This record gives sequence, structure tokens and C-alpha cells, in this order.
Amino acid sequence: MTADNRQTGQFASLWAQLRATAGRGPAPYVLTLAYATIVSALLLLNPTTGLGTDMVVVLFLLLMFVIYRAPTMLAFKLTLGTILLGVIMPVFGVLNPFYIDVVTKAGMFASLALGLNVVVGFAGLLDLGYVAFFAVGAYLWGIFSTPQISNIVPGMGPLNGSWFWLFLAIGLAVGALFGVLLGLPVLRLRGDYLAIVTLGLGEVIRVLATNLDRPVNITNGAQGIKDVGRPPLFVEPLFKALGLNISVIQEYQLYFYFLVLLILALTVLVVYRLNNSRIGRAWTAIREDETAAIAMGVPLVRMKLLAFAVGASFAGTMGVIFSALQTFINPPTFDLLRSIGILSMVILGGMGSIPGTMLGAVIVTLLDLQLLPRIASELSILQRRGVPIPSWFDPAQYQRLLFGLLLVIMMIFRPEGLLPEDRRRQELHQDDLPAPAAEQEQPAPAAEAKPEPGS
Amino acid sequence: MTLLHAHHITKQFGGLTAVNDVSLTIDAGSIVSVIGPNGAGKTTFFNVLTGIYKPTKGTITFDGKEIAGLRPDQITTLGICRTFQNIRLFGTMTVLENVLVGMHARLRASLWPTIFNTPAVRAEERTARDRARELLNFVHLDDKRSQLARNLPYGDQRRLEIARALATSPRLILLDEPTAGMNPQETAEATRLISRLRDDLGLTVVLIEHDMRVVMTISERITVLDYGTKIAEGLPDEIRANPRVIEAYLGKGAAVHGVEQVEG
Repeated sequence: MTADNRQTGQFASLWAQLRATAGRGPAPYVLTLAYATIVSALLLLNPTTGLGTDMVVVLFLLLMFVIYRAPTMLAFKLTLGTILLGVIMPVFGVLNPFYIDVVTKAGMFASLALGLNVVVGFAGLLDLGYVAFFAVGAYLWGIFSTPQISNIVPGMGPLNGSWFWLFLAIGLAVGALFGVLLGLPVLRLRGDYLAIVTLGLGEVIRVLATNLDRPVNITNGAQGIKDVGRPPLFVEPLFKALGLNISVIQEYQLYFYFLVLLILALTVLVVYRLNNSRIGRAWTAIREDETAAIAMGVPLVRMKLLAFAVGASFAGTMGVIFSALQTFINPPTFDLLRSIGILSMVILGGMGSIPGTMLGAVIVTLLDLQLLPRIASELSILQRRGVPIPSWFDPAQYQRLLFGLLLVIMMIFRPEGLLPEDRRRQELHQDDLPAPAAEQEQPAPAAEAKPEPGS
Repeated sequence: MTLLHAHHITKQFGGLTAVNDVSLTIDAGSIVSVIGPNGAGKTTFFNVLTGIYKPTKGTITFDGKEIAGLRPDQITTLGICRTFQNIRLFGTMTVLENVLVGMHARLRASLWPTIFNTPAVRAEERTARDRARELLNFVHLDDKRSQLARNLPYGDQRRLEIARALATSPRLILLDEPTAGMNPQETAEATRLISRLRDDLGLTVVLIEHDMRVVMTISERITVLDYGTKIAEGLPDEIRANPRVIEAYLGKGAAVHGVEQVEG
């Protein structure tokens, strides 16, 4: 027992030393650059599809996280991040069309998870029907860009792809509207009750999508809507100018990749600003103690509805993009499991934490779409080669089991999530905070204060 | 000048009458105590005044406006704020953020300006932070502004609750047992702080308190509740000598022997 402790202690101090060395002077710049170069080189020089490349893609996305945390100048972080996501990833996408799709999906789910994080993480309102807003956005564009629309508005043909841009904004507004509508009946509920009712409302939307093919065929029922419109490829001349000779499919892949990246960046900015504002503070106050919040002048109803609306609006926009990306939508895409999947991203990453939620979304999406299927297929190959894995064991069937186990282990050993909320770090680094305006502009109130420790 | 007038307030929960026909007049700039044995209905009365409960019967006028039936946040915006008997801070927020939440109703930043981070929003946020730090200075907590509220020692939490309440820019502050659980030295400090609320900030203070030394030192008027009913009202010396009050606290026998015990 004591020996164990001593060993852990030694490791801990060794780790602390390593961190201190790696974080001093030019070291973080050199190390981050080295990491970035190695991973980029691996991706670009060997763009095959396989378990090895899977791992490199994971390392590439983890690199984003390393850049985020590295003690370097903001300009350095932004430049490196832009080069990696804006140049390296697309070039790799051209070389190997398989992975950029997964990364696009990861970005899409990161944006969704950030939206859910506003409701669940910031305001503390457990919403199990979040995917409903995603569905609303997807069906909105799905209906208006296909002949479905003529069933609703006789004489109106499908909208041209250029409308897509406007529909990103309409999706936002309609998402927000549905957020308020579904928020209204649950305002008085808390905790478990709220979760059950939102779960029900989420299912209502899915069931509506399944059954609204009669008497008027709005959603085309269980068959779903196919040939959803896509925005015009206005970037095509640019690709040609760059000397790229790639298929339309690949052009669209890059197109949606950049679109999702842009929307994700905007989402992060909006969520970050809201969180550090009067509105975000009101949400956190409601999460912490509703009674105290309302007694301090926070209007509960308005603030809760705002949280629902803001969270749902991101899902609405992403739904529009999703339907255009997939060109096919049907009700099972928007089932309860999807809501729970997004929630698990938020919880895994760290409720209320913006980088955590994104990390959670990336990890869950990669596991879901890439790593678990890959592990399963590798196991099947081994099985066929005669490695003693019993024949009744079908690895593909056990993917979800592995995912579930991972979640359980996470919640036991790190219940606060991978990257918990910033406030906990803030507390440990009081002196690192930017000096409050009071000290810069009018020293009078600060002079009365007790001296800061360390100043 | 009358700041708050509660007129024949009754609050029933089903068959239980928690507050029964209580009237109370509070003059601007005074310090008033509401005392009474446990379960006398003091906190319920506070909850009615601050809008957390709607009174079953009765009216409340604050600064000439009828406030019974308004939502708590509306009442807070009008200028009544409170602290809680069992401290209710926002535990995972920092000390400074707790105070900033108190300013919610006084700040304007709405959704779109916040998203676009307009100069007006930035300026308001700066002013709010400066003001929050002034308030933290007032309760001697500025050096702890970046700590999480839940990690503060007990006495600091009590003072932070007062700072948070002050952030709502109130005219009337209701303190629910501000010295509960404090040692004599902390109690003395808290008492000084309560006096400063009136003397330095010009607030009107109503407090629920069990510590008779505190009550007798700082209150100008005292109202005594027992079983939801007002049994006495008056100056500290009158209350000290009132046999019904002594009886309520110590039983019939004590009322005969005198008043010294009440203070212990």
C-alpha cells in the first residue's frame, strides 16, 4: 500500500517536472509544431484507409486539443489551428475521401452538442428530446427543396439550391421557435420530470415525421425524403484554379467540410460569449438554485425559454446542413438514441464546458463511425484467419457494448467529464486572470481592497 | 415615511395557517427585527413579502405600489431583496459572479448585443465588475473574488449573500437569521455590518434573528410572531418587558420571574 503510494507519488512528481519543462520558454512551441508536423506528414504521405490511419486521424484531432491547452500565444494557436484544419485536413480529404466525411460529422455533432450544452450544461435543464430540433431543421430543408413542397403548397415547385443559404437562417429561427414551443409545457418541471417530458416531446416529433404522410403528404412518412437539394457549388472555379481535378462528390465533401467548420466556429463564439455574459450567469444561477436565482431578480421563465431557444437554434441550422449533406432523411435518423448519443457527448466531455463538449463530440463520433466498426472488422479478419475467437462471437454485434463500457468506466473514474468547466481552473489561477478594469482605469476602489496575494 | 406596509397578511398551506393576519409597517431608514420561537412563521412571512409565496389574504404596499402577487424577480427589481436562512449561494460560481448575478435586473445586455459583443455590452460589463468589486470591498471579500462560493468559510458565505443581495440595488433588505451559527466574535462583526447597511448605504433593514443580543442592540422596532400571529410590537425595551413575549419564549412560569433569561 505504502510502496504503491510512493510509486504514484514519484510518477506524479515526474509528470509535474515533465509538464513544467514542456511548458517553459520555447518548448511548447517546438513540441506542438513537432507533433503537428509528424501527424500531418503521416496523414499526407500515407493516405490509405485502415486501422493505422484511423489512429493518425485520432492523433490529428487530439492535436487540436493539445494546441488549445498548450501555453502558447493565442496568435500561434489560431495560425496553427487554421493551417491544420484549413489546409492539411482538406488536402488529406482530397487524397483519401473517406475520412473527411467522418471529420465533417464530428464537427456537426460538436455543434449539436454545444447547443445541447447550453440547455443541459449551462441552464441545467435535462433535455432528452434534443434531436427533435435537428429533425425540424432537416425536414424543413428536405421538404422545401424537393417536390414534397407541392403537396403542401399546390403549384409550388422545389426551391433551387441557392435558397439553402437563406434556409440556414430560417432553420435557426424555426429551431428557436420549436425550442420555445417545446419549452413552454416543461417550464414548471425540474430534474427527472423534465427529462421524461422532453423525451416524450422528442418522440412526438419523430412520430409526426413518420405519420404526416396522410391526409396531406408532408413528410413522406417512413420512406423518408430523398434527393434533398444541395447548394450550388460556387467554389468549383476555385478548385479548378488550384489545379484540383476531383469529382463532384469530393467537391461537395470539401464544401460541406468548410461549411460545418465555419458554423462550428460561429457556434463556439456565440456560446462562449453568452456563457460569459449576464445571460450565461443567469443560466448558471438557475442551474445552481432556482429559488435563489429568482429572488436575485432573474426572470426564470424568460431565461429558461431563452436557453431552450438558443440550444434548439443550433440544432435547426445543423439539421438543414445535415439534410443537404446526406440528401436523404427519414424518421429513424432522429430517434431517442440519437438524443442520448448527443447527451453522452456533453456528459463525457464535461457538462457546461465548451472545449469539453467539443472533445466529447469528437471522441463519441470517431468511436461510433470509425474506431468501433474498425475494431470489429479487424477482429472478424482475425477470426477468419483462425485466431481462436469463438465463432458465435460476432464482433460487429459488440460495438455498442464496448461503447457502453467506456461510458461506465468514464463515469466511475472521471464523473466531471474529460475537460470540466473552466471555473474550476479559474479558481486555481486567480492571479492569472486578466486584471479587472477597475485596476487599470480607476485605481480608487482597488486601493481600498486588501492587497492581492502575490502582488 | 412608510416604505413597506403589509396589511393583514394571511398565508395558509391547506389547513395549516402559517401566517395569520399579520400587519407590519416599516419606515424608510429603520432597522426592524422580526422575532419569535421556531416555527412561528417568520420565514414564511419573508417569503410572502418577497413573492416566493402569494399571500392567501392581505395586501402589501411597497413605496406606494401594490406588490402582493408579483413574481419574486419583479419584486426584487422594485427594490426588495433578501438573504436566506440556509445559505443559498450559487456554489459553482465564483464570488464575483455571485454578485454579478445579483445585478441581473439592473443590467441591460440582451441576446443579440451579447452575441455581437457590442461596445455597449463591454462597457456595461466593465462597470458591473467594478461595482461588484466595490460591493465585495464593502463586505471585505474582494481578495476572495475568484474563489468558488462553495469553498468559502461559513462567515464569508453569509457576507457574500449580503453582497449579492446589495447588488440588486435594493431599498429594503430582508436578512433571514444573518448571524445563525456564528461565534460571538463573528456575530459582533455581522452586527456591525448590518448597522453599516443602514448608516453607510441608507438601506432599510428587516431581520429575522434569534440572537437576542443582536436584536436588542441594533433594532429600532421589534415585531414578535408566535404560531403565525403577531403577539407584540414595539421598542426593544417594551418587548423585553412584555409578558406575552416572555411566555412565548420560555413558557408561563418564566414570565412571572422576570426578563433576564430571555437575553441568555
